Amino acid sequence: MKIMNLVVVAGLFSVRSFAAPLSGEVRLDGSSTVFPISEAVAEEFGAVEKSVRVTVGTSGTGGGFKKFCAGEIDVNDASRPIKSSEIDDCKKKGIEFIELGIALDGLSVVVHPSNKFITFATKDQLKKIWEPASTVKLWSDVNPSWPKEKISLFGPGPDSGTFDYFTEEINGKAKASRTDFTASEDDNVLLKGVAASVFGMGYFGHGYYMANKTKVKALPIDGGKGPVEPTDANVASGAYPLSRQLYIYVNATSAKKPQVDSFIKFYLKNAKALSREAGYLPVKDDAYKAATDRFAKGVTGSAAQKGPKKG
Amino acid sequence: MSTTPENISGTTIHEAELETSFKDNLARRRVEAAIFKAVILLATFFAMAILATLVWRISAQGWAWLNWNFMTSFPSRVAARAGILSALVGSATIILLTVVFAVMLGVGAAIYLEELSPKNKLSQFIELNISNLSGVPSLVYGMLGLAVFVRLLGFGRSIMAAACTLAMMILPIIIISSREALRTVPPSIRLAALALGATKWQTTWHHVIPAASPGILTGIILAVSRAMGEAAPLIMVGGVTYIAFLPNSLFDSFTTLPIQIFNWAGRPQEEFQAIAAAAIIVLVALVLVTNGVAILIRARLENRNRW
Repeated sequence: MKIMNLVVVAGLFSVRSFAAPLSGEVRLDGSSTVFPISEAVAEEFGAVEKSVRVTVGTSGTGGGFKKFCAGEIDVNDASRPIKSSEIDDCKKKGIEFIELGIALDGLSVVVHPSNKFITFATKDQLKKIWEPASTVKLWSDVNPSWPKEKISLFGPGPDSGTFDYFTEEINGKAKASRTDFTASEDDNVLLKGVAASVFGMGYFGHGYYMANKTKVKALPIDGGKGPVEPTDANVASGAYPLSRQLYIYVNATSAKKPQVDSFIKFYLKNAKALSREAGYLPVKDDAYKAATDRFAKGVTGSAAQKGPKKG
Repeated sequence: MSTTPENISGTTIHEAELETSFKDNLARRRVEAAIFKAVILLATFFAMAILATLVWRISAQGWAWLNWNFMTSFPSRVAARAGILSALVGSATIILLTVVFAVMLGVGAAIYLEELSPKNKLSQFIELNISNLSGVPSLVYGMLGLAVFVRLLGFGRSIMAAACTLAMMILPIIIISSREALRTVPPSIRLAALALGATKWQTTWHHVIPAASPGILTGIILAVSRAMGEAAPLIMVGGVTYIAFLPNSLFDSFTTLPIQIFNWAGRPQEEFQAIAAAAIIVLVALVLVTNGVAILIRARLENRNRW
């Protein structure tokens, strides 16, 4: 009798604890590039866990890390790895983080669809155009066989992770760029700008290009091994020179909260389908598995962070 | 004293000259008046044309998406499912609080500066600073809000912090316009009340403020319209972009219509530009309704004053 009671009570408890609806908050902020994926995950998660209050902000990768390292948010969406200065900021506040790669994005360099003279661009040519001391005014300044027409340049503004990534990859130093171009944090402005300038050039996320393939032409990029088209396959395999990984950084203390734990597990399980839907490409299946393991074990620190580059 | 013919003719010539020159002047002045009227009309027309183009474009783009579902759904990554419920509730709550804070402080400060404070170097200094503050960009108020309300006072990234920030932002506009309104109340009203034995407080409360209230309300209308359209300071204070629940308290997270519009307008898909336009229609309607109510109240107040 007593044993029966115990079993019943234990049974009730286990059922209860299993079915208890989660509650509380999960606060995300950061990159507007990663936002569509996080938004999709938040929406789907909300359909399952109705009492968890998930919010997603878009203050940029850098702006997000400021909030992350002040302990104001649980998760930061990042379109580049965390910087060493940001790691220091977090350390000062005693904040540890778990780094999880969730998707891949290619940076598309685009020109006007009627542009016939340029069929691909090398990284050196891009550097010549975009470097801080660039003297390129006309297309012919880059390649004498190109027309003597003024290049109109469009690119993201300095708060964007896309800008950081492009300048680091092309000019060798994050944020080092010529400044006399039309800058906007709004990719739509860049798209419209290039679509309206016959001799224009600009760059933005792969997903944005894929949604507007007819309005602009994306250039194959030559990173030393011949020009590579910015196709889904080339971005996913890493063959395309301007492909990059997108991350979420989870506050290690927050990760112990049941609603955050559940949310991140849900994120990793659905990132493959939802990143594709948002116009990005999933990382490899075993990379998701590795990320899930790392999260389960609570492995902190950054593997992707390369430290300040010299030169 | 006798009038000589020379004198008569001299006077006549003089008057005639005067008359013709006066007539000339009149004609020119009429032309000037006509030109001035045309310039003003053109300016008005220009302002109206810009507004009309905007409204027409936005309506053409967003009207089809405007329906009850759109008003009562939470945001979604699928445009057809997306709605503005959280943004609408966020905007309405924040504006209501902003008005309460800003009017209490702003009108109070204006009454003090105009009616009670001694006119000295200090009050001149305060006046100068208030005028300067009205020219500070809204983003700076966002940074102030982040430092003071979010972090120092510990409001967090909440509705409360947002309302306080917006109230700070529109405070100078309300103070300046309220002071203008108080200044238009004729001094004779004050003197009459004081002469009949009313105290300074009674004079201000029973006579000066009612007489000035239509003007004060105009200032509030202008200020609140500005606050409703702001996105930048609220993003700074921590307005989020995706939120699928309604606030339980004033210390909950929020989003507002301008933040939602800014996000949708920046997306690659055409449908999101369309629902951004639909959300703009709602925002414009909200501003019009708020202003309409305020104008009705003002009209009633104006009818009350009989002196």
